[in-house]
Amino acid sequence: MRQWLTRHEHKELLRFITCGSVDDGKSTLIGRLLYDTRQIFDDQLAALEADSKNQGTQGQKIDFALLVDGLAAEREQGITIDVAYRFFSSEKRKFIVADTPGHEQYTRNMVTGASTADVAVLLVDARKGVLTQTRRHSFLAQLIGIRRFAVAITKMDLVDYDEAAFEAITTDYRLFADRIGIADWTAIPVSGLNGDNISQRSGRTAWYRGPSLLEYLDSVELDATAEAQKPLRMPVQWVNRPDQSFRGFAGQIASGTMGAGSEVRILPSGRTTHIARIVTADGDLDEAVAGQSVTVTLTDEVDCSRGDVICAAALPPEAADQFEAVIVWMDEHELLPGRGYWLKLGTQVVTATVHEPKYEVNVNTLEHLAAKTLELNSIGVAEIATDREIVFEPYAVPGGSPNRVLGGFILIDKLTNATVAAGMLHFALRRAMNIHRQHLEISRETHAALKGQKPAVLWFTGLSGSGKSTIANIVEKKLVARGRHSFLLDGDNVRHGLNRDLGFTEADRIENIRRVGEVARLMADAGLVVLTAFISPFRAERELVRSMLPEGEFFEVFVDTPLAEAEKRDPKGLYAKARAGEIANFTGIDSPYEPPQEPEIRIDTTSMSPEEAADLIVAQQILRQRV
Amino acid sequence: MRQLTHLDRLEAESMHIMRETVAEAERPVMLYSIGKDSAVMLHLARKAFHPAPLPFPLLHVDTTWKFRDMYALREKIGREPGVRLIVHRNPEAEKLGINPFDHGPVHTDMWKTEGLKQALDAHGFDAAFGGARRDEEKSRAKERVFSFRDRNHRWDPKRQRPELWSLYNVRKNKGESVRVFPLSNWTELDVWQYILRENIEIVPLYFAAERPTVERDGMILMVDDERMPLEPGEQPQARQVRFRTLGCYPLSGAVESEACTVEEVVAEMLLTTTSERQGRAIDRDAGAASMEKKKQEGYF
Repeated sequence: MRQWLTRHEHKELLRFITCGSVDDGKSTLIGRLLYDTRQIFDDQLAALEADSKNQGTQGQKIDFALLVDGLAAEREQGITIDVAYRFFSSEKRKFIVADTPGHEQYTRNMVTGASTADVAVLLVDARKGVLTQTRRHSFLAQLIGIRRFAVAITKMDLVDYDEAAFEAITTDYRLFADRIGIADWTAIPVSGLNGDNISQRSGRTAWYRGPSLLEYLDSVELDATAEAQKPLRMPVQWVNRPDQSFRGFAGQIASGTMGAGSEVRILPSGRTTHIARIVTADGDLDEAVAGQSVTVTLTDEVDCSRGDVICAAALPPEAADQFEAVIVWMDEHELLPGRGYWLKLGTQVVTATVHEPKYEVNVNTLEHLAAKTLELNSIGVAEIATDREIVFEPYAVPGGSPNRVLGGFILIDKLTNATVAAGMLHFALRRAMNIHRQHLEISRETHAALKGQKPAVLWFTGLSGSGKSTIANIVEKKLVARGRHSFLLDGDNVRHGLNRDLGFTEADRIENIRRVGEVARLMADAGLVVLTAFISPFRAERELVRSMLPEGEFFEVFVDTPLAEAEKRDPKGLYAKARAGEIANFTGIDSPYEPPQEPEIRIDTTSMSPEEAADLIVAQQILRQRV
Repeated sequence: MRQLTHLDRLEAESMHIMRETVAEAERPVMLYSIGKDSAVMLHLARKAFHPAPLPFPLLHVDTTWKFRDMYALREKIGREPGVRLIVHRNPEAEKLGINPFDHGPVHTDMWKTEGLKQALDAHGFDAAFGGARRDEEKSRAKERVFSFRDRNHRWDPKRQRPELWSLYNVRKNKGESVRVFPLSNWTELDVWQYILRENIEIVPLYFAAERPTVERDGMILMVDDERMPLEPGEQPQARQVRFRTLGCYPLSGAVESEACTVEEVVAEMLLTTTSERQGRAIDRDAGAASMEKKKQEGYF
């Protein structure tokens, strides 16, 4: 018995995705795989038989589709709307199936399900042949790096197991596969309802010489095998430091192998050292391979923390801060070019901005279309800039398994924290590793010390007419009176020159603030106390500027004036024009203002005069030892 | 070169998930229910952070109605070095004497759902590991590994974040939290095979023994203490039984079995014909969609 148990303990793991709609017999096919491999228990089967009679679509027969149908809302609609994971196993392998719907609007779900899959099982209805949907699924699966495809031609029972029908579809698919470069695919004629060529080859398709679907899944090569043969990459997840005597680096090996004594390079610093020990709770290992989660110690005391990557010393990956990437947009709110998003790749989290897409791909025709942005479920190619270098590898590997860990990334909205996009890096636009920023002999500390002050950016934000410029001007006078070197940036000296090319659309306002932020940063580098007076309505941009400056140098000053009050003051008559429809995108009227949540300083202009407000700000800066 | 088995891969994935949580969350906690899945999760956590002690406490949301054997194991685990165990009982449920015999679904709601929320809020935990698996129940098949909850602990199936690759978005705003399921991709059989391989200690109730039982509504219930009210004429009978899932003893159905060791349980699993949730009264409360409803309300 022990031997039998051991054999069952030692299976391989294969993940695959099924693509197609319920109409293609997908749920039936999965249900049949579960049934044939005895994954369905008696009580589930009894419930299924009862459900089949009540809600099923197969008359008195068992409706396998009900087995793999999940949430109540979906059940009511009769469709699956998300990614569901199923599990079954053969004698040789355990399988994890990502089950995704075929509907056009759910590109997001399919890409999600395919991101972890080795293999795609595409369903093609024998009566309908290769459809737009089949091409779309093939393209998406290939885009995310799947190289092996099983084309399951379903409902063969409805075409009387006709070889000619099968051949016609196969020929059709071959044309398409050749066109987009899918080389490794196998067509299998199946019937989920009758179980033909699902787990065993069927006598009803004697003309077919290939494997059954399960035989195919049992024998197809695993990506894991290829991963182990690449150079070593291990993103550091967590530094394990229980006491002074132990400093280990925990992570999951993305590719390659390591052993005690292996020479490694720590990126991005580039320092080389050796693996001292591979520590596990079951004792030290001599060797570890791709896929394992380990903790390693190094022979030298090198700087290494979360986000760094431990690599093969002789074959390290690149580091860069500008890339071309393909992006799949997954959020209801469209991409805002120029806005800062969190980008997470491996264990690295940085701020990234996406440029206007070079083009969008029509997933049905594969045509490239011009695009200004990307909306939910659209896919495009764009340039991305990160605020610091990240260690990466191109996602796609010609003829090999993709670099999922160091090539795939997600974008996260900084305010809602939603995952808004997934992306795959193509290449770096310039090799940051090889271009060292010009070393400045005169440091920012030197500039500041010469002026005898600490640089700071006082960022005034608030509605039009709230009093930002008025207060900022008084503050600057008070600073100058105290012998401080300062500069005030406002609409008057920026809009007419530096930002003369920008209008007032959301995208332009974001770019406006980004540029002002960059200028403020340079001035802070020069040792100045910078005051800025811009509406800066979006939280994300204000946070972007904050992140560009050293910690503690950015002070958000919220000039808090209620809309009604600002409109009553209306010093430039702008509100009246906006109300009359003469000015579009006016903050507070037809464009939103996102108030700061935790500003360093809040000024309530309904309870104090501009002079009092300026005194308060200067006093607070003195307390912070900034002035 | 070493070939990783499916258990090796599941183990590595779970460790990766736990480390990611600890690296990015502020106050993680592990929900420890004393069952076999919790035992596996605890074992994996020890491996993930070895040689450091567990970087988070264990939290048991108690109902006072667990099996005595479960309390015994909990006390033992709580005394182990490096383990910090928090036990929470909903004081309101305690005061009202809420019990599974008189209060039906209110029992689960007050002790478990409300009790969990109270404990998470009181300690300010922003990430909680749970031992749920996707193979347990249909609505779980779509659950994310990182399941996002709003300030009121509610789960909105429409607002779950897409999860790609092994890249998890752990970010959240103040007051919001995530439930993290490191065993998402494990099946019941995987759990048992891993218990066997790693020699993990579990509650003896998972192994067959002669136990005092009564049969009600087709479920075999164990008479674990004197609080169990017997119907007129009902006499506890000795049956050779074991449990596939453990919860409150009056709600946990036993199965008749001869499997007295882990090997025998795995062998039985390989040949078994019923699913583990069959013995759970909780799923029957409100028909097919009951678990999903409970999740939206904040049940784990």
